Amino acid sequence: MLPTSRTFEANARAGLANPILQRALALMQSGFPERRRLAVGRLPEFEALREIGKSIKNHTLEHLDFYLELFEGKVLASGGQVHWARTPDEARAAVLQICRSVDAKIVTKGKPMIAEEVGLNECLEENGITPVETDLGEYIIQLRHEPPSHLIAPAIHLMKEQVAATFRADHRALDPERSLAEARQLCDEARAVLRPRFLAADVGITGANFLVAETGSSIIVTNEGNGDLTQTLPRVHIVITSLEKLVPTLEDAATLLRLLARSATGQEFSSYTTVSTGPRRPGDRDGPEQYHVVLLDNGRSTLLGGEFQEMLRCIRCSACMNHCPVYAAVGGHAYGWVYSGPMGAVLTPSLIGIADARHLPNASTFCGQCENVCPVKIPLPKMMRHWREREFSQKLNPPMYRAGLSLWVWVAKRPALYHALVGLASRALGRLGRGRGRFRTLPLASGWTVVRDLPAPEGRSFHSLWVQRRKGETRK
Amino acid sequence: MRVALFVTCLVDFFRPTVGLAAVHLLEKAGCTVEVPRAQTCCGQPAYNSGDRAGAKGIAVQMIDAFEGYDYVVAPSGSCAGMLGRHYPELFTDNPAVLPRAEELAARSWELVSFLVDVCGMQTVAARWQREVTYHDACSGLRELGVKDQPRRLLASVDGLRLREMSGAEVCCGFGGTFCVKYPDISDKMVSDKEADIAATGAEAVLAGDLGCLLNIAGKLHRHNRRIEVRHVAEVLAGMTEEAPPIGAPQ
Repeated sequence: MLPTSRTFEANARAGLANPILQRALALMQSGFPERRRLAVGRLPEFEALREIGKSIKNHTLEHLDFYLELFEGKVLASGGQVHWARTPDEARAAVLQICRSVDAKIVTKGKPMIAEEVGLNECLEENGITPVETDLGEYIIQLRHEPPSHLIAPAIHLMKEQVAATFRADHRALDPERSLAEARQLCDEARAVLRPRFLAADVGITGANFLVAETGSSIIVTNEGNGDLTQTLPRVHIVITSLEKLVPTLEDAATLLRLLARSATGQEFSSYTTVSTGPRRPGDRDGPEQYHVVLLDNGRSTLLGGEFQEMLRCIRCSACMNHCPVYAAVGGHAYGWVYSGPMGAVLTPSLIGIADARHLPNASTFCGQCENVCPVKIPLPKMMRHWREREFSQKLNPPMYRAGLSLWVWVAKRPALYHALVGLASRALGRLGRGRGRFRTLPLASGWTVVRDLPAPEGRSFHSLWVQRRKGETRK
Repeated sequence: MRVALFVTCLVDFFRPTVGLAAVHLLEKAGCTVEVPRAQTCCGQPAYNSGDRAGAKGIAVQMIDAFEGYDYVVAPSGSCAGMLGRHYPELFTDNPAVLPRAEELAARSWELVSFLVDVCGMQTVAARWQREVTYHDACSGLRELGVKDQPRRLLASVDGLRLREMSGAEVCCGFGGTFCVKYPDISDKMVSDKEADIAATGAEAVLAGDLGCLLNIAGKLHRHNRRIEVRHVAEVLAGMTEEAPPIGAPQ
């Protein structure tokens, strides 16, 4: 998937002008945050858990090399394989080679975000392999050839009417007169269409919410059970994931799971939590014959030890975007790539470069709500600011903006000049705006006045009034 | 208590009445108020635009300007948060300035929380016959924990009744330069805020940060809404007669 983050402004305008998206976002805004609030309220130790979750992730990142090697050893010992992928190319090649080795025709997928990051579906299709998304939301957007617009609800930009139209267009063999008015009917139809594909698949690809070093296990959570069918029915199970999903122990994973569902959907636990450890063992009644973990780096290791390391704590719960007023205004597609909202605004520049993604960390008011709800306390606004610092030092902002800012800083560092200028400007604008109390338009202020009036200054700066008051007092 | 008022650049330029109201309230609370002349702006426009060097230059000047006072108080959660939370972060790599930045941070307060939490103010002697709603500005709320303090003091204003809006804690879409860099997104956010304010039926909206208030007043006036917009300090100081509401004719 080619990023369109560069055209964020136009993408955002399109989102704002899309009435279906706006309806969907309004529903989301009232849904997820309220459910999270209730779930958190029911767990007195939630704040303490956030601190523990943060320290688990910090500890793992401080010793990532150790835990990665431990993990690989445990996977090998349980009969699986680990494929290290430095780049998206290497990750795709690893998956393709495994698929070819078993002559795979159909591959089922359980919503791995890393597959989106490396563009896996396109690669499989080009090589004659049919990928079938099995998460309902992912399935819908696959039929529509759209990228996900949300971490855990990839089709949240759609209403059920669009989904019904998509199903009618694609499920041609079904009765055209059937009713698809209810969400239940859409679920049932997707289930009926997907069931035979689960059975026909040669390879099942999932992501991982957590990798457990002490056991060599991968853990996924779903609410649809599609992940279990994806990873247990086919002969081969591939986990495509990234290296920061690692935690030391099952106990640690259990702690983070207590944070994950509450932060994401406001559930105490997701409907299905599945731990996979290696392929089917002798005597096991089901399970894949092969178990592979494709472990993607894609620049993440370069974040270690730097000002973005804390981003690697992210457990992909989506609380930050669910609570973000900017995301709620423009939707996930505006961000132009796989990850959206505040976590995307920090992660995307590190994966596709700040030159292409410079708008993302700028499109934030730093309202702080994302950091406030993050289950592992990632200081998202601070890291967006760090990206702005990179942008500034690489001179990527518009030249006029830079010039204006430099001039302003220069004046602000000269208090006498500053007070004189502010006094003059305040008088001039105050006199000009006194009649109406506000400006409908003003030269050089169009960014403000295009959407709102500019209140006029009272007409005297505080400092000039204060000097006057002091003089009056000494005279007395 | 010797208190330095940090006026903030927006109050200085747009709304000096807020500064005078702050002085009045601080003096009522028994403080000796001074206004150091060497202050300009806290430096957020540079800091949040990625110009760390520019922000540091301004911050050092501010640290010098506010040396020696018992407290530094600003009628803005955003600017007080800059001094209190972000100045130390600017100098983590500069051991010469860091202790001074941390020392200033520890003395810096947002006005209303200072009045309540430090001065122990319980009530104010003000009268304003209005139904009002209150917007929780982001930095004050989430960086400094300003939430109950303004409500507690407003409850003592004779004639005033508070009607809470839904989404009082949601950002209004100001965000400093954000509102002019992304006017379309800012418009959506401030329009949502406008709807929440209007839904309360309140005659006035108050907040503790002038940036938000200019944004909200600008939007309400664009739609010719007759809802008064004022800084909470003007109301608490009983100075609503001294200046027309924000954006209204003189």
